[in-house]
Amino acid sequence: MNPSVPRFLVLWAALAVACSGGGAPSGGASAPPAAAESPSAAPGQINGAGATFPNPIYSKWFAEYNKLHPDVRINYQPIGSGGGIRQLINQTVFFGATDSPMTDEQLQSAPAPIVHLPTVLGGVVPVYNVPGVSAELRFSGPLLADVFLGKVKKWDDPAIARENAGVKLPATDIAVVHRSDGSGTSFIFCDFLSKVSPEWKQKVGASTSVSWPVGVGAKGNEGVAGLVKQTPGSVGYVELIYATQNDIAYVAVKNPAGKYVKASLESVTAAAASSIDTMPADFRVSITNAPGADAYPVSSYTWILLYAHPSDKERARIMVDFMKWALTDGQKYAPPLGYAPLPEKVVGLEFEVLKKIG
Amino acid sequence: MKKQDDRWFRLFTGIVAASVLVIVVGIAVTLVHGSWLSIRRFGLAFWTTRTWDPVAGQFGALPFIWGTLYSSLLALLLSAPVALGIAIFLSELSPRVLRQPLVFLTELLAAIPSIVYGLWGMFVLVPVVRRLEVATPDWLRQVPLFSGPPLGVGMLSAGLVLAVMVTPFTAAVAREILKAVPVSQREAAYALGATRWEAIRLALHYGRTGIIGAVMLGLGRALGETMAVTMVIGNNPQVSLSLFAPQYTMAAVIANEFTEAADDLYLHALVEIGLVLFVITIVINTLSRLLLWRVSDKAGAVAPVAAPAAAAA
Repeated sequence: MNPSVPRFLVLWAALAVACSGGGAPSGGASAPPAAAESPSAAPGQINGAGATFPNPIYSKWFAEYNKLHPDVRINYQPIGSGGGIRQLINQTVFFGATDSPMTDEQLQSAPAPIVHLPTVLGGVVPVYNVPGVSAELRFSGPLLADVFLGKVKKWDDPAIARENAGVKLPATDIAVVHRSDGSGTSFIFCDFLSKVSPEWKQKVGASTSVSWPVGVGAKGNEGVAGLVKQTPGSVGYVELIYATQNDIAYVAVKNPAGKYVKASLESVTAAAASSIDTMPADFRVSITNAPGADAYPVSSYTWILLYAHPSDKERARIMVDFMKWALTDGQKYAPPLGYAPLPEKVVGLEFEVLKKIG
Repeated sequence: MKKQDDRWFRLFTGIVAASVLVIVVGIAVTLVHGSWLSIRRFGLAFWTTRTWDPVAGQFGALPFIWGTLYSSLLALLLSAPVALGIAIFLSELSPRVLRQPLVFLTELLAAIPSIVYGLWGMFVLVPVVRRLEVATPDWLRQVPLFSGPPLGVGMLSAGLVLAVMVTPFTAAVAREILKAVPVSQREAAYALGATRWEAIRLALHYGRTGIIGAVMLGLGRALGETMAVTMVIGNNPQVSLSLFAPQYTMAAVIANEFTEAADDLYLHALVEIGLVLFVITIVINTLSRLLLWRVSDKAGAVAPVAAPAAAAA
C-alpha cells in the first residue's frame, strides 16, 4: 500500500548515480590530442572556447559558415583567453582562442604541439575626456606610460604641452581609467607601454591583469568607455570600435617612425604588414610598436589555437576548411565589426601551416 | 504500514539534511585544494600583505578583505535605519490602503538583478556622488574620511548601492518580526498610558533579537555581492579610510580576474581569496549567532528569525 515513498527514494538514488557517472573523468588523458566531444556527437559539431575580444567576429563567422555548410556547427564560448588556453590544454575543447600568444611554459604543459593561427587584427586606443579641448591630442609612447604610471598628473603638464603645441590644456587632474577585469585589451596596451618605457616594463609589465600604479578600474570596454565619457579629465583605453561607436575622442600615438598615427582599420593592418618580415614561423608575434611609417603602434593579432595533429581527423578536416574560408571570404565581415583584416601575405603563410594540420 | 512511512520519511529528510553538511565541507575542501599553491607559498602573509601583482606573482589579500568589510559595514550603517523605518511604518503606522502597495514595492526592490543595480549605480548614482565630491569644501577634504580625487566611483558609491540592495531584505524581515510581537504587549503599553512612540519602542525592544538577525541578513548579502559593487567601487586594491577613494572587494576581484588567470599560482591565489571570503563569512555568521544567543538569553524573548547564512559568492 505504500510503495510511493520507497519508489521516490529509488528514483532519487538513480538520479544521484546518473549524475556521478556523468561527472566521472573520461580517463586516458595522456593519449595524443583527443577529440573534446563524446564520439556519439555529430562530427560536424565542434566546440571552442577562449578570448572575448574576437567573439563578435567569431560568432558572425560561425553563423555565416553554418549557412554555407548546414552540417557544420561550431560552438564558441567567450570565457577569456586564459580559460580558453586551459581548456585546450585539458582537451575539453577542440580549439582555443587567445589575444596574447601562449607562453613557452604553457605550450610545454600541453600534451601535444599546438599551432597559433592569426584570424583578425585589433587596435587599442587611448581615449580621453578633457572639457574645453576640441583639438586632437597627440601622445608619444613614453608620455602615455608616464600618465599611466601617475608621474604626469595634470593636463597642463609641460610634457603634454610639448607634444601638443597650440592646444590650450586645463590645469585639471588626470583621472586614469583602466580595465578591472583580466583582458587581452589590457595585455596589448601594457605590451606597448613595456616596449616604449623601461620604467613601465620594470614596475608593471604586460599581462591580461597587472598591478596598476594609479587610477580606477572599470569592467569591460563598455565600462571604461562609460566612465571616461562621464568623468571630466579622464583618460583610459578601449578597443577602437568602442571609441568610434561611443563617439569618444582618442589620441594619435607616435610610432617608431616618428609619426603620430590615429588608429583606423588601415593603420592597424599597416602595423601587421610592416612587421611581416619579423614574423616567426609559429605566428607568436607582438606587433605593438611596429616600424612602418603608417603603422598604428598599439595593434595586435588575435589567434585561434589548434592542436597540430588532432586524433579526430574528421573534425580536423572540417576545422581546416573553416579556417581557409575565414582567412579569405570571411575577412570581409571583419571591418564592419571593427576588426582590421589580415594582410594577404600572412594569409598565405597560414595556408602553408593549415596544409600540415591533420 | 504507517510506521514504515514514517521511517522512510525520516531517512529521506535525514539524508537531505546531511547533504547540507556534505556541501559545506565539500566547498571547504575544494577551496583549500584549489588554493594549495598559494597557501604554501604565502602562508598567513596572504592575509596581511597589500601587493596584488599578477605579473610578478606576488599576492596579498589585505586590500580586498578591507574593501569587503568596509563596504559591507558602510552599507549596514546606511541601510539599517532606513530599513527599520520602513518596517515600523509598514507594520505600525501605515494606513491600510498604502500598506499593500508599499510592501509590494519593497519586495520588488529585492527582485531586481544586481547587474541592473550596477548599471543604475554607474550611470545615475556615480555622477551624483561625483558632484557631491566636487562640492566638498577643501577643509573637509583634509579629513582622511573625505580625502582623494573626486572621481565618483569609490567606496561611497559602493556603500550606497549596497545599502539600496540590502534595505528591502532587512525591511521585510524586520516587518515580519514586528508583526510577530503579540498584540497583548502593545495593549499593555497603551493601558499604562504609553504614547504611540513608546508602544513602538516597546515592540522594538521585544523583537530586538530578530531585528539584529534581520540586519545580519543584510550584512550577509552585502559581503557576497559582486556585480553591482565592481561596477561602482573603482577596483583599485588599496587600504584607505577615505569614502572617496576607489577600492576593491574579494568577490569583485574573483569575478574580474578569474577568466584570464592563466598561470597556476595566480589561479590558486584567486581561489584562496574565495577561501578567505568563505572563512570570513563563517566567522561573521558565528559572531552574529553568538550575539543573538546573548541577547535572547538576557531578554528571554523569542527570536522569530535566526541569523541566516550569508550569501557567499
